[in-house]
Amino acid sequence: MQSTAPTLFEKLGGQAAVELAVDNFYRKVLSDDRVSRFFDGVDMDRQRAKQKAFLTMAFGGPHNYSGKDMRQGHSHLVAMGLNDSHVDAVIELLGETLRELSVSEDLIEEVAAIAESTRNDVLSR
Amino acid sequence: MAAVTLDAAVHQRQEGESVLDALLRGGVAVPHSCKSGVCGSCLMRAAEGTVPARAQAGLKDSWKARGYFLACVCVPEGDLRVASVDDGAVAGTTIHALDYVTPDVLRVRLAAPPGFEFQAGQYLSLRNSDGLARSYSIASLPGEGFIELHVRVYAEGKMSGWLTRDAKPGQSVTIAGPFGACFYVPGRPDQPMLLAGTGTGLSPLYGVLRAALEAGHQGPIHIVHGAVRIAGLYLREELRAISISRDNVAYRAVVLDGAAPDVETGPIDKLAFAGNAKLTGWRAFLCGDPVLVQVMRKKAFLAGAAMHDIHADSFLPAG
Repeated sequence: MQSTAPTLFEKLGGQAAVELAVDNFYRKVLSDDRVSRFFDGVDMDRQRAKQKAFLTMAFGGPHNYSGKDMRQGHSHLVAMGLNDSHVDAVIELLGETLRELSVSEDLIEEVAAIAESTRNDVLSR
Repeated sequence: MAAVTLDAAVHQRQEGESVLDALLRGGVAVPHSCKSGVCGSCLMRAAEGTVPARAQAGLKDSWKARGYFLACVCVPEGDLRVASVDDGAVAGTTIHALDYVTPDVLRVRLAAPPGFEFQAGQYLSLRNSDGLARSYSIASLPGEGFIELHVRVYAEGKMSGWLTRDAKPGQSVTIAGPFGACFYVPGRPDQPMLLAGTGTGLSPLYGVLRAALEAGHQGPIHIVHGAVRIAGLYLREELRAISISRDNVAYRAVVLDGAAPDVETGPIDKLAFAGNAKLTGWRAFLCGDPVLVQVMRKKAFLAGAAMHDIHADSFLPAG
């Protein structure tokens, strides 16, 4: 029998949920002293598109990222000192964003686990 | 079978195939990621043809108006010609009038060439007969019969030097464009708007202000012009007159250095936001000095304006 259980992405509300969350999440990382310097991009429209792609992936949505993309996309940040504490902070801010949108704790955990799975690639390990 | 044209190459689309997939199949390297219309990586612009609404969901209104779309979820009914994001028309025209509005800002009016469509606030590339080219924002509205540009005059500037020394009314020039998405899009007439800019960054803001009023915008419009010194402020009488005749328009002039009645002294990136701690639901247009534009853009966003409601144009000094 074919499973018809909704995916994580569907449970979160799909594309509309990403659209709702992205500005709030981007505001949080720009305002957080621990990580803001890594997000202070010159082109905010492009930076927001990157946040959107990241949220889509973390929400269990469609994406086309490989570990290699993750490494290449963050290597300049690793050179700037990006480490585990910054990944922790971003995952925390992601959780806060979702909590403010009244997402349940178990779904937030699932999102955090997906974000967590990119940690070693992001940190070039 | 429908086709997608890009840079003169025609790519046939298969039944139900997206523009992105057709281009990728044809060997074109289009940046992309989610392939679901979510991430925004595959943004392109349609020069000819109709884009389905689904392919423009979530984009800035001014981007939609310029034909921007997400290629991965774009399955058009008919043919589509896709352009690089900025690719304008070229037209010949003549200089209509030249006059100084401050000691170092020249107002240039060009005859509006028939068929050259633009929105106030977009920019164009002005070229003289020597092939020299510079970009300037458009302060005038379509239908005024002329195109108005505000040119900052630099001591060693090539184009501004040519315009101040050699150019005469009646002389032929070429324009290319229009470019950019810093313009007013009607549809949300009650939205509050912040228009803040420095120097000749006033040019697109003046255009956006008048376009909004012409379209019947009812929401509050705050226009803030900043200059280093009093002498750098211009269009003061015009802006004062608009703010007196329109209840919803407030005009403020700020300078870094100096003092005068009705002029505030201080940095524009602070003063423009004073009194408006929350910009949730606002539309913002920010133009002029690149560093200040970047700072103000971040402030507007952190104050609550949505990214798709923030329009920013940085002016790079080129003379």
